[in-house]
Amino acid sequence: MAYTEEELKKELETKEYAYGFYTDIESDTLPIGLNEDIVRAISKKKEEPEWMTQWRLEAFAQWKKMKEPEWANVHYVKPDFQAISYYSAPNKKPKYDSLDEVDPELLDTFKKLGISLDEQKKLAGVAVDIVMDSVSVATTFKKTLAEKGIVFCSISEAIKEHPELVKKYMGSVVPAKDNFYAALNSAVFSDGSFCYIPSGVRCPMELSTYFRINQAGTGQFERTLVIADKGSYVSYLEGCTAPSRDENQLHAAVVELIALDDAEIKYSTVQNWFPGDKEGKGGVYNFVTKRGLCEKNAKISWTQVETGSAVTWKYPSCILKGDNSVGEFYSIAVTNNYQQADTGTKMVHIGKNTKSTIISKGISAGKSQNSYRGLVQIGPRADNARNFSQCDSLLMGNACGAHTFPYIEAKNKSAQVEHEATTSKIGEDQIFYCNQRGIDTEKAIALIVNGFSKEVLNKLPMEFAVEAQKLLEISLEGSVG
Amino acid sequence: MLKIENLHARVEEKEILKGINLEVKPGEVHAIMGPNGSGKSTLASVIAGREDFEVTEGTVSLNGEDLADLDPEERAHAGVFLSFQYPVEIPGVTVTNFIKAAINESRKARGLEEMPANEMLSKIREKSGLLEIDRKFLSRSLNEGFSGGEKKRNEIFQMAMLEPKLAILDETDSGLDIDALRIVANGVNKLRSKDNAIVVITHYQRLLDYIVPDFVHVLYNGKIVKSGTKELAFELEEKGYDWIKAENQD
Repeated sequence: MAYTEEELKKELETKEYAYGFYTDIESDTLPIGLNEDIVRAISKKKEEPEWMTQWRLEAFAQWKKMKEPEWANVHYVKPDFQAISYYSAPNKKPKYDSLDEVDPELLDTFKKLGISLDEQKKLAGVAVDIVMDSVSVATTFKKTLAEKGIVFCSISEAIKEHPELVKKYMGSVVPAKDNFYAALNSAVFSDGSFCYIPSGVRCPMELSTYFRINQAGTGQFERTLVIADKGSYVSYLEGCTAPSRDENQLHAAVVELIALDDAEIKYSTVQNWFPGDKEGKGGVYNFVTKRGLCEKNAKISWTQVETGSAVTWKYPSCILKGDNSVGEFYSIAVTNNYQQADTGTKMVHIGKNTKSTIISKGISAGKSQNSYRGLVQIGPRADNARNFSQCDSLLMGNACGAHTFPYIEAKNKSAQVEHEATTSKIGEDQIFYCNQRGIDTEKAIALIVNGFSKEVLNKLPMEFAVEAQKLLEISLEGSVG
Repeated sequence: MLKIENLHARVEEKEILKGINLEVKPGEVHAIMGPNGSGKSTLASVIAGREDFEVTEGTVSLNGEDLADLDPEERAHAGVFLSFQYPVEIPGVTVTNFIKAAINESRKARGLEEMPANEMLSKIREKSGLLEIDRKFLSRSLNEGFSGGEKKRNEIFQMAMLEPKLAILDETDSGLDIDALRIVANGVNKLRSKDNAIVVITHYQRLLDYIVPDFVHVLYNGKIVKSGTKELAFELEEKGYDWIKAENQD
């Protein structure tokens, strides 16, 4: 394969999101616009109790007073919040009768990612047989979880079935008025997941397969609440490597994690929303607020692989409130074409002997802009707090950008904060070296990118890591051939 | 095996190779010597298919096949191997993973299945043993933080794994101490056979004490100005390159 930097640049520019797809499903949709009546109507459609309706209304009142944040290193046309429909219940009617009708290229991607046939059908919108393997698998999962006292259901269900937990914890880590998008989400959230692990219970499985099968196609304003009671453990996988095109341009999710004393939560995300076409048109705006609270000796690890979305604004954070608590953030963010990502984390050290680790890997190609933004805050009581941050950027071609914005605020003299950053570029020399060993350019890029991301890929649960690795390859796949 | 006829090549506007003729037969070892800037590394790069160089005239063929239309990886699949003078680093990719990818890509190109894991493993053991490579070395990131000697040893390890028809060793002796030189040379010698050929590019005669060439060529100012047997290398060592330069004034 002939290769020069110029050509690589061209390849990456012409790489299109060939795997997206539209679903043209009829749905039960509310009129566009946002006001108190719409908020009430959403709550009513979801048959929520009055306290929930009030909670939403208060959030809405806060939101009206707020302004969209402008500090992120991203540029986009601001959404018209009065031009959006805030509720759309998906109709169950399938789009296709069999997989044969689905775009073969899409199926090919599914195959590359190793997604099961039944899941492929579900994701592509194909009618699924009534007796479906995954349904029975899901039922078995649910039984296993129930035996341990683990609650894992939709947030709507939790509001009805476990109001005491929802009332106590929802908004406790990300208050409704936290920021513009969190307030919006609090007012209009469509659905999401709820998970409660009882004291001392180790969740026996990754809450992933179940999630993916059952929650594919959750709405635009997702709300997730995970509570790990004292001494419990859970590993939670969110999102899907399968590419998803969505007619909803704006996504504003809120995820709250609560790790009580001695508990541990691992939260892994793979995000592959439609990034827009090669001209930068279309694509999802992903404005997410994710935050976890650690009580004494608790630990929260965020691991994310971000390859999709036109604009990403996302900072999974840890409030290290309890003494000896630990926060970790491992991230790979890939941007190509005109994608823009401003992502990172906040580690807020409040308790004594708290520790945090940040490993961020940014990969930029095309004309994209990739920013790491991170805050390490050491409070006055946080004796012996430790932080280690490492931010590495990999550039492909000459038209993209990588930026690092580290903020450090230390108010305790015993704190130790380390920050390391590197920027490198995939060079012609590396590509030629690989070529000379018989490895073509596309494969060479995949190899180099995987090597670069290894420290983070290693943090993902096994089966997810394999998919994520393939996803990185696909995201940077050009028209090389 | 390798046939180069009237090869002219340039980088940007500068002509570097000005009519090279060279034939290497199976089983032969040829040494190409010459002062700095004579075009030795350019010749290696052109044979391997590096795009920075433009071939303006002449041909390079391998076993009768013209290489002109082949991409670098296709040349590799055809059996061309280049031991780099400055091997590049690929962070996070281990020596083992890299060679696995290289072998399997070449197999794929030949319509073969991936090499079974146990076969790969025993081959890695055998070849790393040949070059006295420590097992820990195999799980390090490719060339990252390697000493000069480790880099070159790793190049020859890859050569041993890939079993090329034509191996070009571009200044493999530079940066090697005498022990490393001996190990690398022994490795190369064990890979010599009647079916493959080796082209050794070097400044110094030193390497040729270990890898004894059948023919020695002197490259100067983009042309092969003198060819001979290994005695020519001794002569160069003794007299330096000045007499070559004097004989070939433009």
